Amino acid sequence: MNAVTAVEQALARLTSAEPKLSAFNTVTAERALDRARALDAAPSGGLLHGIPVALKDNMCTAGVPTTASSKILSGFVPPYDATVVKRLEAAGAIIIGKTNLDEFAMGSSTENSALGSTKNPWDLTRTPGGSSGGSAAAVAARVVPIALGSDTGGSIRQPAALCGITGMKPTYGRVSRYGLLAFASSLDQIGPFTITAADAARVLQVIGGFDARDSTSAPEPLPDLAAALTGDVKGLRIGVPRAFVGEGVDAAVLAAFEAALRVFTARGATIVDIELPHAGYGIPIYYLICTAEASSNLARYDGVRYGHRARLQKDDTLQQMYERTRDEGFGPEVKRRIMLGTYVLSAGYYDAYYLKAQQVRTLVRRDYDRAFEAADVVATPTTPTPAFKLGEKTSDPVQMYLNDIFTVSANLTGLPSISVPCGFAPSGARGTGTGEPDAGSRLPIGFQLTGRPFDEATLLRAADAFQRDTTFHLEVPALAEASTSTTVMAHQPEGGPIV
Amino acid sequence: MSTLSRQDVQRIAELARLELTSEELDLFTRQLGDILSYVEQIRALDTTGVEPTSQVMNRPVDRDDVPGATLTRSELLGNAPDAAPEAGLFKVPRVIG
Repeated sequence: MNAVTAVEQALARLTSAEPKLSAFNTVTAERALDRARALDAAPSGGLLHGIPVALKDNMCTAGVPTTASSKILSGFVPPYDATVVKRLEAAGAIIIGKTNLDEFAMGSSTENSALGSTKNPWDLTRTPGGSSGGSAAAVAARVVPIALGSDTGGSIRQPAALCGITGMKPTYGRVSRYGLLAFASSLDQIGPFTITAADAARVLQVIGGFDARDSTSAPEPLPDLAAALTGDVKGLRIGVPRAFVGEGVDAAVLAAFEAALRVFTARGATIVDIELPHAGYGIPIYYLICTAEASSNLARYDGVRYGHRARLQKDDTLQQMYERTRDEGFGPEVKRRIMLGTYVLSAGYYDAYYLKAQQVRTLVRRDYDRAFEAADVVATPTTPTPAFKLGEKTSDPVQMYLNDIFTVSANLTGLPSISVPCGFAPSGARGTGTGEPDAGSRLPIGFQLTGRPFDEATLLRAADAFQRDTTFHLEVPALAEASTSTTVMAHQPEGGPIV
Repeated sequence: MSTLSRQDVQRIAELARLELTSEELDLFTRQLGDILSYVEQIRALDTTGVEPTSQVMNRPVDRDDVPGATLTRSELLGNAPDAAPEAGLFKVPRVIG
């Protein structure tokens, strides 16, 4: 197979899956085929040579619209590439499209998109999670073997869990955010969706490492991640915060989580009890901090330099232009967060809310510092429940936020964290939303490992070891063809690295 | 402290440069109130003397001030909803009467 064939096959899979999933905002078919022809003529030798990839539509692509699934960016065509785009392409990858997200990555279901909601490939009446739901659905449906997402409070790991694939948020600073549309700058991080942990290692090897264009980029050297995948977890201490995990978690999720721990102990890892006494405060402090940062970051969308501008009357003022443009351009959840963030930063409320949240953030960090004295990684379920129904939580913001209870801590602390498929729950009786459930469908479950700063290697080693003994990550939703190849290795055309 | 009035929401909207509709003001008054009563739980924690975490990097982010390549003026004006490219300017409604 050559790169052109790889791209043609991916586009064919996209064409058949897309009417059901609505995972893509933009498909770059011609551009991808041009690039594939060039790569076939001059093989890149790169780690991702000829691999079709999808990008969450909040990463800038020169000459290709970038919308953040928001009306306020309608018509915006970036004049430059994000660093991750440059690095993927330098490694021989081929971008076939931009994927749907909750507007500006604000949400947990991809329903807050101005372009319509994406569906879960395992059950089309349910959400794929969010905010990177389009990227997760595209990989889960085997349209592409790799997609990038961004994770501010769980937006890679949560949809990975709900779609039955592997998703990783690297350490804060590990992957350059140059060209990522900012949501909450002390929390945002780019990372991969893949089928296997081994592929996640490959993608992180390509996109990770210092970038002078991002002032929060970390200088820590990136180790050889493929070499870390030894299968050896003997003596690995897996910390489990029992009190935290016990609360409000679906029985099927808990059972799958416990079974996952047994896979590790059978390979020689040990389970240790740890305490994270402040982790339960993660959601309130996350929503105070991320909204404060968002209210500042999104001030740039004012109808002057790019995107939507409201139609004005002759005597309208500049202030009216700003206010009307922003009211027309932003959707309800984005406005809600800008409003909350503006409030908690305003005079008289700053100390009570924003400063207080930052102090509790310190307490959460100390919890993890202490946990890593006794454990090498921390394990929890990724989400408290499997995928929920479309429409089930849209009217109650707090219920939607609670879905992120296990994921926000890694963003607040900056720690690397990975979600790995570990089971399925029956779809039948779950949820209360509208729509007919797919008969007999199953819903994926994921667990999450969180590691020390810049120790993605240990997370990937553990996740890869788990995947050597399990096949949950290889299960394919009925919507995708069972014969569809799944991993980078199975996709890679000739002209890639010599392995 | 968590009770928000419609006037409070109107004031926040002005600070945030959002011209909300009457329906949006009603909805946000209720929803922001709900969210604030939910986050209220952190105020029970004793954080006396705890340093705030505004970001998690433990190093300075300064660099040498060396000019580098940037986007051109025409590239930057290319996305503007209204511009005068020949003058190199963005256009906005009259600011000074």
